[in-house]
Amino acid sequence: SSPSPGDTSVLAGLYGPAEVKGSKELSDRATLEVLLRPKVGLPGVMERSREQLLRRTCETVVLRVLHPRTAITLVLQVLSDAGSLLSCCLNAACMGLLDAGLPLTSLFCGVTCALDPNGSIVLDPTSRQEQEARAVLTFAIDSVERKVLSATTKGSCSVEEMQQCLVAAQRAADTIFQFYRDSVRRKYSKS
Amino acid sequence: LYICFRTVEPLEYYRRFLKEDCRPDGRELGEFRATTHFLSSGSITTADGSALVKLGNTMVICGVKAELAAPAVDFANKGYIVPNVELPSLCSTRFRSGPPGEEAQAASQFIADVIENSQVIAKEDLCIADGKLAWVLYCDIICLDYDGNILDASVFALLAALKNVQLPSVTINEETGLSEVNLKQKNPLIIRKHPVATSFAIFDDTLLLVDPTAEEEDLATGTVTIVTDDEGRLCSVHKPGGSPLTGAKLQDCITRAITRHKEVKKLIDQVIKSIKPK
Repeated sequence: SSPSPGDTSVLAGLYGPAEVKGSKELSDRATLEVLLRPKVGLPGVMERSREQLLRRTCETVVLRVLHPRTAITLVLQVLSDAGSLLSCCLNAACMGLLDAGLPLTSLFCGVTCALDPNGSIVLDPTSRQEQEARAVLTFAIDSVERKVLSATTKGSCSVEEMQQCLVAAQRAADTIFQFYRDSVRRKYSKS
Repeated sequence: LYICFRTVEPLEYYRRFLKEDCRPDGRELGEFRATTHFLSSGSITTADGSALVKLGNTMVICGVKAELAAPAVDFANKGYIVPNVELPSLCSTRFRSGPPGEEAQAASQFIADVIENSQVIAKEDLCIADGKLAWVLYCDIICLDYDGNILDASVFALLAALKNVQLPSVTINEETGLSEVNLKQKNPLIIRKHPVATSFAIFDDTLLLVDPTAEEEDLATGTVTIVTDDEGRLCSVHKPGGSPLTGAKLQDCITRAITRHKEVKKLIDQVIKSIKPK
């Protein structure tokens, strides 16, 4: 599956539950692995940090205890980056999980907010807006109670600004969840 | 007998304590471990600045080495700060020797982000001659003993080490065009902001434990790290997955982080005062 807000596009491939290598095997739950491949170059420290965020987010949501001693691998390939890359990856990951039919406790979506120098909030900023912004905040919001699953920030902001961005992100999450619903409906109405 | 219970059913063992609002090591849920740190410019004689921080049993050492390099073409008036966090196999059995694992790499990225977000050092201050010469600060953060909360300890060690750095003055000889390093005249770094990290472990989706030990981190269902600076601004909200939190709970974490900042700042100031100037 490949959701693309604007021109940022990420392709997600999900494999599993499948056989797991000896050392990584967990006796009571599935092992989740996330691989993030940038568009150009080899994966570096930034990709590792993003992989950790995506993995821990997916681990919370996937009912891993239903598939012990297996491995679920999520591979994300960045096709193009025009801003809001991390939230695009989060959305791709969730749609991949949906598409694969893995048991989930809830859905999640990624929303990026940028605080421009005036103080106004821009949702889903382009690369340009991200560079000019004072701060860029990315949240992963869950579908059940709109709680924060993950958060990561770039730049500095005041506490009030962060809360305002969070509220804006929670509202924007509704649109994204509606998009998930429509995509799944479209997929199943064809067959 | 309790050791048996602890090994066999660690979560139940912890739950018994948490019901009484305390933790096995005697701390309350909101209590930090004793933080000691030793600012010693002699602890690593080969480094330009160093600091050793002990947060309970977690021990982290940070060494800063300054070298000269040409600035990047796009940023002719900026120097570089390059952090690297190492979690060697000597600090804990959970880490294998070999290339850095995911945790070390994620921690390195986190420290780089904190440096960038908080503007602890303005990179322009590191520039000696526009487009020709600038300082590169290699910050090596090595964990010597891992007992949880590596991020807080690393940020603290880094800040302490940077405060400790003495850079020799460098001039460029007009005639030869070469740089001349004057080791006798040293200047400290200009530290603009003091970022302080506070980490929490989320237990059973509801309880928040401050400053988790390694055991608590393993049992936790999520972690949150908040980095604040002197003015109460957020430099980083780092929540890589884990149990979902409401905005209100997050706000609670932030408030505690701001209180912690004041404590740590006092500690750093105390130690700086106690060091005799060279």
